[in-house]
Amino acid sequence: MVQPRMGFADLPTMREGLLGVRAADAAAVGTITLDSYTRVNDHDSARAALRTGAELNGFPLVAHGSDTTRQLLDSVSGDAFPVQIRHGSALPYPLFRAMVEAGVDATEGGPVSYCLPYSRAPISEAVKAWAQCCELIAEQPEPMHLESFGGCMLGQLCPPSLLVALSVLEALFFREHGLHDISLSYAQQTHPGQDLEAIAALRRLAGERLAAADWHVVLYTFMGVFPRTPVGSFRILEESVRLAVRSGSERLIVKTPAEAHRIPTIAENVDALEFADSIARDEASRVPEVGATDSGIYEEARLLVDSTLELAPTVGQALVEAFARGHLDVPYCLHQDNANRSRAYVDAGGMLRWAEAGRMPLRADGGGGSRRPVSAKGLLTMLGFNERRFDREQLTHAHLRGLQYSHPPRRSLT
Amino acid sequence: MSQVMLPAKKFVVSSVSSDAHMWNLVFLQLLLEEQGADVTNLGACVPDDLIIEECRRSRPDALVISTVNGHGHLDGLRLIRRIRSEPDLADLRVVIGGKLGVRGAENIVFAEELALSGFDAVFEADAGIDSFQEFLATLDSAERPALTSGAAA
Repeated sequence: MVQPRMGFADLPTMREGLLGVRAADAAAVGTITLDSYTRVNDHDSARAALRTGAELNGFPLVAHGSDTTRQLLDSVSGDAFPVQIRHGSALPYPLFRAMVEAGVDATEGGPVSYCLPYSRAPISEAVKAWAQCCELIAEQPEPMHLESFGGCMLGQLCPPSLLVALSVLEALFFREHGLHDISLSYAQQTHPGQDLEAIAALRRLAGERLAAADWHVVLYTFMGVFPRTPVGSFRILEESVRLAVRSGSERLIVKTPAEAHRIPTIAENVDALEFADSIARDEASRVPEVGATDSGIYEEARLLVDSTLELAPTVGQALVEAFARGHLDVPYCLHQDNANRSRAYVDAGGMLRWAEAGRMPLRADGGGGSRRPVSAKGLLTMLGFNERRFDREQLTHAHLRGLQYSHPPRRSLT
Repeated sequence: MSQVMLPAKKFVVSSVSSDAHMWNLVFLQLLLEEQGADVTNLGACVPDDLIIEECRRSRPDALVISTVNGHGHLDGLRLIRRIRSEPDLADLRVVIGGKLGVRGAENIVFAEELALSGFDAVFEADAGIDSFQEFLATLDSAERPALTSGAAA
């Protein structure tokens, strides 16, 4: 299954977008991405924007209201075409009320993954709010599906073991509050073999810890600094599709070539979905070309999960306690409840590694021999690793030179 | 001629209220610190009141707003009008940069309104970091109240 990121402020465009995705030549799930005002519960600003026609970066679900949203969903979605609401809200109870009233199929988030990167709310408040939200949907006759966004922290430069651990911990939190229909996430990073190892670790840990639940894995096409050329964009998308197929990920959230520049159009999203679907069919019929690395991601992730759970009697309290102690520490994350002592780097082979572990129970190598703190330029270089990796070919025009060669001289037939 | 040690420049770096992006803020902090500045990084999704409170508390040489979620032309406008309506912050140097709307290269249309509403400089993402560096260079020659007052504080 492939799924876009897509959100428009006005109803006709949002409906047109969902219908476009439904009609795409691909096994697709629909998406309604909400706007940033709704994300921070500033529904008045969202309503004001709807009145004045000011441009929003997504669909303001609460401002539109649950009746309007229900009518929109009824007109486009069904068993063959589920629609997920994507939001990014740390304190989402008002939104969950509206989603339940609107009969939403699925949503995503989590008390850590939607708090640390996206808000100023204390983790303890996010844990309380998400517990209420989980319980609200658990008591519905048909509880909506909930995906943990824990495998996507900050989009890039978070080493895989922590992504896997956070995804599993949030899934355990959802289970603790009564949910059975859940998914775990992982975002493509810098090295296909390492990503393959990471998703295998995620599946193994989920299999061990979530036995009684109905779970699947969703992979995200790289969420960081994106290639700027169309060829580079399609190549990174292609690599993520092949990774999804090889790793057995049931769902893939794609990006489009417009990503580095602006919010994509409906047509660009449909193109990306159809491209991804065709690559998926191709990969399924091939012998795998990339093998998983063996860098101990499963062991690190399991250690982080187990040692975190030992800190408190509930998963929610354990998460609060773990971040307060720096036992879990997302590199570079500025949220006031994150220790921000850990550091990650991309090594010469393209693998994402720990430079500093902070107070996490992990081994770090200090950044490959150099103990200098990262510079602004060094940070940009690491953030742009995939951009360069996938754009290099087009920017040097090597592939075009190949096309421009004149025909080799024909051999004489005599 | 003896070398004059100027006090480190102080910056407040912040996002706007609805913008959750963080890497732009991490980068700006490193960039400013490498040039010897003291940086208070307020992070993502910062309410207007908190930005105003921090500027009042630390009296920075400049408030640097960075935003990339496309709401910059809305949130930035509201923020600068608030700041300029506070008499004690009317002279505060405030700049904004990033992806200011959802229109890609056409976002430049928002720059003029933001500047007219009180930002001292507006940097659209496509202009690159050089124009911001040029702005920083102008701060070195700019007069600071603490230095020109002549008071031996």
